[in-house]
Amino acid sequence: MAELDTSGGGKHKGGKVRSKKASTRVDLTAMVDLAFLLITFFMLTTTLSKPKAMDLVMPDKDEKTKDQLPVAASRSMTLLLGANNKVEWFIGEPGKSQPTTDNYGRNGLRKTLIEKGREIQQSTGKYMVVLIKPSDKSNYKNVVDVIDEMNITGVQSYAIVDIMPAELELLKRDGNY
Amino acid sequence: MPRVKVQRKSTSIDMTAMCDVAFLLLTFFILTAKPKTEDPVPVDIPASTTVQPIPDDNMLMLTVGQGKVFFSVDGNDIRKQTLIQMGDKYGVKFTPTQQEKFSGLPIFGVPLKQLGGYLDLDAEGRKAFQQTGIPHDTTANNELSDWIREARRVDVSLHNRALRISIKGDNKEEYPTIKKLIGVLQKQKINKFALITTIKSDPKK
Repeated sequence: MAELDTSGGGKHKGGKVRSKKASTRVDLTAMVDLAFLLITFFMLTTTLSKPKAMDLVMPDKDEKTKDQLPVAASRSMTLLLGANNKVEWFIGEPGKSQPTTDNYGRNGLRKTLIEKGREIQQSTGKYMVVLIKPSDKSNYKNVVDVIDEMNITGVQSYAIVDIMPAELELLKRDGNY
Repeated sequence: MPRVKVQRKSTSIDMTAMCDVAFLLLTFFILTAKPKTEDPVPVDIPASTTVQPIPDDNMLMLTVGQGKVFFSVDGNDIRKQTLIQMGDKYGVKFTPTQQEKFSGLPIFGVPLKQLGGYLDLDAEGRKAFQQTGIPHDTTANNELSDWIREARRVDVSLHNRALRISIKGDNKEEYPTIKKLIGVLQKQKINKFALITTIKSDPKK
């Protein structure tokens, strides 16, 4: 293909006609072409960022055992996940403290979690317990976002629990349901 | 007078080394490539900062999208045995051809009654088939729960290991669907599972 004839003039000076030795070299150009084509194909089709697995441990939902530890209201924070990517949070029991509406992300929930976590650590000397209560209007992304915030802010103890009617009322009142 | 001949050089380059390298790379990419399983419904998975990779095998994945649940488990032998046990449980007979086909099926979401018909379809027909998801709504009609239980049993009996369970959900999926799914898992005392996420570009700060 890309090879020039370099054999020179074809004069046979000697009397004897020699049988021409066939070259053992194979032209690999086409093979390399093919190989690179396939490499390109496989490189483009492999997914570079593999999905990750986020471990989640749910509280044991056994109806028989009732050995649940009471947690002081002063160090429990409740997150209510509402509609339209809004979250409401309050410290302590529902109804006794006014919930604050917040959004997800660095300046919203994360800031709150870090601040409140520190406050509770200082005032009670124990870590904060976060209860995540997704309402029916929240979506899966919200739940994952909140768990992710827990991992980022290093909240040691959190749980996903069912929302209570009183808390739903709070969400409804604030227009987040 | 003889003319001075210029020695013409060969233009061919030795391709052997290049060929070697090319095939080495090719082998590497082929071996690392994993066939991508096409999801029956578009699933846009949420992002998180988790950096833990999914294990390559021994996984049971529940894919959730548009309110439907799809079931996939790794390992051809596990799939086949699970199908046989499910057939026994529900009194549905599967032919050996169907069992073979099922063991090569990466993901599915049809009720058990329709599964035989679904398996008889060819690849084109399966793509066009509207999968309704595995029933999991009520306690009486909870095939999903049985699928999970049988798959776990098979994994223990065949490989003596515990199946890892993960949920792959769509961003826009409403929480009640996920809640129901978690409820199904918790009924079987599965309190630890994984949520599949992509990596977030936003740096951890």
